Amino acid sequence: MAVQSVPATQVEWRDGKRYLWIMGAVMPLVPFAAWALVAATGLDLFWWFGPVFVFGIIPLVDLLTGLDRNNPPDEVIESLENDRYYRWVTYAFIPMQYVSLVWGAWMLSSGALDVLDKIGLALGIGMVAGIAINTAHELGHKKEQHERWFARIALAQPFYGHFYIEHNRGHHVRVATPEDPASSRVGETVWGFLPRTVWGSLKSAWGLEKRRLERRKRSPWTLHNDVLNAWAMSVVLWGGLMLAFGWEIFPYLVIQGLVGIWLLESVNYLEHYGMLRQRTESGRYERVNPSHSWNSNNIGTNVLLYHLQRHSDHHANPTRRYQALRDFKESPVLPTGYAGMIVLTWVPAIWRRVMDERVLEHFDGDISRANLHPRKRDKIIARYAARAGGAHAA
Amino acid sequence: MSRFVCPSCEYVYDEALGDPREGWPPGTPFDQIDPDWCCPDCGVREQQDFEPLDDDSDDNNKEVETR
Repeated sequence: MAVQSVPATQVEWRDGKRYLWIMGAVMPLVPFAAWALVAATGLDLFWWFGPVFVFGIIPLVDLLTGLDRNNPPDEVIESLENDRYYRWVTYAFIPMQYVSLVWGAWMLSSGALDVLDKIGLALGIGMVAGIAINTAHELGHKKEQHERWFARIALAQPFYGHFYIEHNRGHHVRVATPEDPASSRVGETVWGFLPRTVWGSLKSAWGLEKRRLERRKRSPWTLHNDVLNAWAMSVVLWGGLMLAFGWEIFPYLVIQGLVGIWLLESVNYLEHYGMLRQRTESGRYERVNPSHSWNSNNIGTNVLLYHLQRHSDHHANPTRRYQALRDFKESPVLPTGYAGMIVLTWVPAIWRRVMDERVLEHFDGDISRANLHPRKRDKIIARYAARAGGAHAA
Repeated sequence: MSRFVCPSCEYVYDEALGDPREGWPPGTPFDQIDPDWCCPDCGVREQQDFEPLDDDSDDNNKEVETR
């Protein structure tokens, strides 16, 4: 290391978000909040509070509170990462998640709710499941064994344990290339992306574990397979909940799991939309750099998602802890936080209107350098070529 | 027996220890590892990117590319 001009102890920097990070661990209380609102107002409508919170209140908070571009200086990164307060805040999420899930399962079985209320509550539990995948994501990237275990426990609720394998060993390796099922392409709607990423990620996770076990001269059909043992955890969890509260909660367990997966994959959709790493002379893809991920400094979503939106630094330094992630000026920036952007994905025409222009600008007007939907490739290139031609004529 | 470090995250592959979980038993020479095998900790760099560690020097002073 070059000699630092300023010793670490002399650098003064305060993390303005230090105590806000606790909000992440409070998030699993959203289904309780729904119950409290129903109890306080007598309106059953509030069983649907979960999705309203994620897709209404969080985007609004993002719009009102604005941006936080504050970066920790290089000199404090190491001490910031070693500050154990930050990791305890993420660990705290998991007991909250499970209290919320067990309470939710009990509520679903209590007989007090009609079908519509139960669906609303299951959606709320699913919001927690989706955000739990984000907590698992933060923990699963770490080198400490116990944190990797916490990640797997958090993933049991949405039945998505193979994410831990595929994300770290698949997605991070192939990000922003056509080979990555979890990198979306210009012209691809979120509804087309979802089956491709869910199925592609599952196949990839299985293949990664199969190859690892082949090297150890083992069959993939063993509990040493991290895909199978993760699913086994979910079977035990869901089975235990049904033993305790009755098999009637099964459809709602499925709903919350699907909602969690949909939330996570929607975030995947917007993290790398259209981004493409170019090939180097050796034929390998260029290294991942800050220009390959969409970022956002919106404070609301960043606090709830442990800086996931500082996604470029995360891909450059995947084992770096959330509190130390930085914003890079050269990264492409989303118009608002992830929660609001998910709402845009629902109507592909609006999504493309907002995002395709930004992709074009990112590639200096040359859309052929973007990751394009193969079936629409010619059409997309022709459209922007015609526009460029029109501009010259004008 | 030599050691090799991931230039992204400081994971060290030690030929003497191998990485049995990954399927490389103790004593597996580094050059027998698949060049596409990616770092088990960060997933960002692959076998062909790893750098040899000079065991004569103090490893703590090894400059590791942080970004």
